[in-house]
Amino acid sequence: MSSSTIVQVRDLTMRFGGLTALDRLNMDIREGEVLGLLGPNGSGKTTFFNVLTGLYRASEGSILYDGQEVLGMTPQLVYRSGVARTFQRSRLSLPLTVFDNIAIGDYQHMQHGLIFNLLRRKAFRAEYMGYVDKVVALLNIFSPSLVDRLFEPVGTFSMIDRRRIEVCRALMSHPRLLLLDEPSAGMTHDETHTLMSDIMNVRSKLPKLSVVLIEHEMNVIERITDRCVVLNYGRKIAEGSYAEITADPNVQTAYLGEEAA
Amino acid sequence: MKMHSVPTQRQSAAILAATGLILTFYLWLFLHAESQLSVAILIAVCVVAFFGARRVGVAQVVEQASKQRPGLARLWALGGALILIAAFYESHFILLMICAVLLYTTACLGLTMQFGFSGVANFAGAAFFGIGSYATAVLSTHTGTPHILIIIASGLIAALIGSMLITPVLRTRGHYAALVTIAFGILFKTFIEVNDVLGGPQGLQVPGMSLFGYEFNNGFSVFGVEISFYVSYALLSLGICAGVFVIVKALEHSWVGLAMDVVRTDETAAATFGLHIARWKVVAFTLGNFFIGVAGSVYGMITAFIAPNNFTFADSLLMLSIVILGGLGNAVGLIPAALIVLVLPEKLQFIQEYRFLLYAALVIAILRFHPDGLLPRKTRIFFSRETSR
Repeated sequence: MSSSTIVQVRDLTMRFGGLTALDRLNMDIREGEVLGLLGPNGSGKTTFFNVLTGLYRASEGSILYDGQEVLGMTPQLVYRSGVARTFQRSRLSLPLTVFDNIAIGDYQHMQHGLIFNLLRRKAFRAEYMGYVDKVVALLNIFSPSLVDRLFEPVGTFSMIDRRRIEVCRALMSHPRLLLLDEPSAGMTHDETHTLMSDIMNVRSKLPKLSVVLIEHEMNVIERITDRCVVLNYGRKIAEGSYAEITADPNVQTAYLGEEAA
Repeated sequence: MKMHSVPTQRQSAAILAATGLILTFYLWLFLHAESQLSVAILIAVCVVAFFGARRVGVAQVVEQASKQRPGLARLWALGGALILIAAFYESHFILLMICAVLLYTTACLGLTMQFGFSGVANFAGAAFFGIGSYATAVLSTHTGTPHILIIIASGLIAALIGSMLITPVLRTRGHYAALVTIAFGILFKTFIEVNDVLGGPQGLQVPGMSLFGYEFNNGFSVFGVEISFYVSYALLSLGICAGVFVIVKALEHSWVGLAMDVVRTDETAAATFGLHIARWKVVAFTLGNFFIGVAGSVYGMITAFIAPNNFTFADSLLMLSIVILGGLGNAVGLIPAALIVLVLPEKLQFIQEYRFLLYAALVIAILRFHPDGLLPRKTRIFFSRETSR
């Protein structure tokens, strides 16, 4: 199971005024793995996603993605290089349809010039039909129940369906790296279970896809991650398999201390 | 909505024909009405019909039909407008009102792109309208450019001057961006007022439209019947309004409309999926100002005389109120909203000063019971056929 590294994080530091959200973080993300990113609230997990996707500019350090420096890239460029994500608080366009929300995930391949869209309606129609097929194919793998409601506004869907739509939007662009920010937030136990099976399903279909998963539910982490990194106060305090990190005394005091009891 | 079975193509055509004829007839009565009693009855009929149609299910049936035959629905709208223009061939004032409704609708289509699609609030609609009018006045007085080109040039000038605002509008969000445009609107009016070259507070004369040697202002007669010269202008306004409508609708049902909607609803998510926020806001703002400028150009020619007081902040608010009353982002809703905002106060002349009170109360009442406007925007269905999948 030896695999190549696609992301190298070196001495990554992110400061917000006096607060250090990420403190000389070093970690690797390997091709095809599911990496669990753990840590108490405010330990810098989401900040790491935001830095990696270009939303925040890190203060120091470097992130090499596929040998290329990511820091200083715009979110648009990071997206184009094959990184897609979901958000902790769902960021879908609620008045838009399921199709609209998922199709926009593949914005990079849309011909969005004014002339094309306005005057070449036949060509646009053909491209549009291609997108409908792609979205339906994706939904058939991931959540077939949504196919029949393709043209209904997302605002009318339940939390778990919205989360699925968000994952589909991220997968639409065929990313190499998928960042999932607490996909089970706000869901019941059963819903979390279904969503995780869905994610496992995707993983089995796309073996080269690397996934970084921020998650608090320990049984989810145990079930689907290959490796975990634990953060606390922006620093990496442990790294290894689920068994290794749960046995780590640092982790127990920082994170599992109350919960394990 | 699901309760109604989908009508066949032929049924849809019949439903649309009936709707088209009824609406045209109603508008004819409404534009014609002068006595207090008839106006009051017509308003009552409209209110009852508007709420009743939805309750009984007629509105849904018509909606289905127009979804199934969108082209036919547009033809009926165009036909209805032509019938009305023909019916009032000799009444200057009513034709002038029709022109105003059509041109304000055109300008509001521009605002719909800006505000409704991309979320760029523009509180200087009247200023860009005014830029179009003034550009036309100057260009047609001082150059021999064909007028059809002047109309386009006026739109371009409005878009160009608007591009000065792009940096501040992109740097600010929401209320602050709105403030930038408010400031611009006031700046424009003040600039025109103190500028002697542009006529100062007295304003400027705008030469009438001439197309391929035909002077619109001369009027004409058919079989010895005198036709108001406003008929030509009404037809021109209708053509421009229909053209802009088709463009805006086509863009809405394309990746352009989708990208703008995503930018409006969530900029962070949009950026994460590769959309250039600035690009889409600039496209919407520029294109919108172009449409507003074109509308202002023709409006200037029709009124023949323009002054700074025609383009105040209040007029900008009037335009935005049409956009919101119609249903933010819905191009079709602009037409009834423009009728209410522009024609209704004229029809309420008999109650004199109270007419604005009544009209304002009506607008508040509509938004109280229909917070999303008269015809709220529907979710995007790119092409009509596949939806019955």
